[in-house]
Amino acid sequence: MYVAVKGGERAIDNAHAWLAEARRGDPGVAELSVAQIREQLALAVNRVMAEGSLYDPDLAALAIKQSRGDLIEAVFLIRAYRTTLPRFASSVPVETGRMAISRRISATFKDLPGGQVLGPTFDYTHRLLDFALAAEGEPPVAPRLQAEPAQVAHVTGFLNRDGLIEATPQGDATPPDLTREPLELPATRPLRLQALTRGDEGFVLGLAYSTQRGYGRTHAFVGELRIGAVAVEMEIPELGFAIEIAEIELSECETVNQFKGSKTEPAQFTRGYGLVFGQSERKAISMSLVDRALRWKELGEDFVGAPAQDEEFVLSHADNVQATGFLEHIKLPHYVDFQAELEMIRRLRAATAETLKEAAE
Amino acid sequence: MTEAAYNFAYLDEQTKRMIRRAILKGVAVPGYQVPFASREMPMPYGWGTGGVQVTAACLVPEDRLKVIDQGADDTTNAVSIRKFFERTAGVETTTSTAEATIIQTRHRIPEEPLTEAQILVYQVPIPEPMRFLEPRETETRKMHELEEYGLMHVKLYEDIARHGEIATSYAYPVKAAGRYVMDPSPIPKFDNPKLGQNAALQLFGAGREQRIYALPPYTDAVSLDFDDHPFVASKAMHACDLCGSDTSYLDEVITDDQGSRMFVCSDTDFCAGRRAQGHYGRLGAPETESTP
Repeated sequence: MYVAVKGGERAIDNAHAWLAEARRGDPGVAELSVAQIREQLALAVNRVMAEGSLYDPDLAALAIKQSRGDLIEAVFLIRAYRTTLPRFASSVPVETGRMAISRRISATFKDLPGGQVLGPTFDYTHRLLDFALAAEGEPPVAPRLQAEPAQVAHVTGFLNRDGLIEATPQGDATPPDLTREPLELPATRPLRLQALTRGDEGFVLGLAYSTQRGYGRTHAFVGELRIGAVAVEMEIPELGFAIEIAEIELSECETVNQFKGSKTEPAQFTRGYGLVFGQSERKAISMSLVDRALRWKELGEDFVGAPAQDEEFVLSHADNVQATGFLEHIKLPHYVDFQAELEMIRRLRAATAETLKEAAE
Repeated sequence: MTEAAYNFAYLDEQTKRMIRRAILKGVAVPGYQVPFASREMPMPYGWGTGGVQVTAACLVPEDRLKVIDQGADDTTNAVSIRKFFERTAGVETTTSTAEATIIQTRHRIPEEPLTEAQILVYQVPIPEPMRFLEPRETETRKMHELEEYGLMHVKLYEDIARHGEIATSYAYPVKAAGRYVMDPSPIPKFDNPKLGQNAALQLFGAGREQRIYALPPYTDAVSLDFDDHPFVASKAMHACDLCGSDTSYLDEVITDDQGSRMFVCSDTDFCAGRRAQGHYGRLGAPETESTP
């Protein structure tokens, strides 16, 4: 005998209890602390901060712990928390030219003022599983050198001096904020950059890769990739000057791309730009390639129909919290709509059967 | 973090004001999709974040809230949203359609007629009725601006040419107040006749797509059709096996692996109410047996 489906409430509570147990795993194995995640899974923490649009390594580590390592779920937790935070003020723009550099490379010049600094990179490691890590023990101490506090100039600045690269547009206008205003298309470049920097790393990477394979090719060189700490400053109206309120780690990528120019206008390199929280260089490079591809109209290029050129396509689908929510919602009950479809398909099949019968007679 | 750290009904007052402005604009221009700066909510996009934000912006402490999904108060997502507002707003909740002042719904309009004292809040996945004909928002907005709805009529016509009837069974488009073509959210077209001239205020919230729209009370909402192929609201040709109603929308339930099935009201409050009044259907079990 059918009984009405009740007990949703109890089912939810029990599912949550099971989830909490599954999250903890075998209680015989020591529990991870938030500090361990923050320190030892730093790149995951960086990704959650970048896509969550909230610079707070402790909260990001907590979100990773709570989400059992599901980074998109962790991003979602951070976003849902972030949206409840009051907004006191805006910082002054961060100055990446004054970054305390931990990594800085240029693919366009062999050597340059400030030097090439490899930093903590996987680039030249051999991807062999290090079984020593499975055992406990401290790694050897890395050699040290006193950092030079010198300001390291941007590579694109050298090109700019000769007019070889387009000038960066300057402006005092407050950039739009898609966390406070609905996304309206067509979007300005600052808005596109905001959407890309919080966009899903995999999605932005895939789009960037597609431009390299010919779907909206932009001939990009990594003019410069720099990672390091920058000061965040805020104007305090009562004081009349800016004070430093925080220091954050950023990855910045500037690409140098093939030219525009004509018989009358001298040829110039063009730019793509990427800026992401934390050490997130794959994302920063991807972002700058996609940024450049999206600039086709402004630079007088052709729209070749490539996905990475299509602003509406890119901006509407880059956000993984939106994407995963809508994708996963199809597991919610849809039986009312499905019932309507059932009625319809039965009626249509009956009508066809009728027609066939008549035709046979 | 304790509950006290959150504002009444979760959203901060600035955000509520922004949403209320969008609602007022929506009410002023029935069927027009008003962009709003949708917030990340603590439930996923696609789970009713638009409806939840609209409900949060409308709720006052005196309200009595009802939440349904597929017509039922006890489906998991309805339970989850109801709990969310119990926790963050502390408002009274109910499963009774008549007693509720705000009803948040997914995919259904209650069977019982609504009153002027009620607000019906719909969760909307894709607010744009022409989205699957034209994927670009920049294009569809232009089509609304120019009242250029030919594409929609061509789609309905092609249905008739192919199937002999309009093969849209849910999310059936309507024209609001004679101007904007509007998606009523994925309600079965059985519910479409209740959209127009409804006494209650109907609000539609699409969180992920950042749109709010509205049908004010007693506003026309006409299902699109052709003179020779008029709109027909359809349902299963059965009566409810529990309460015997032959006018309510029914869900089909498969009861064994031999293909046996039964039909029950999708509106659980309506069905329980009828059974409490002594109406029984084919399998009409006494009320006590059907509630574990």
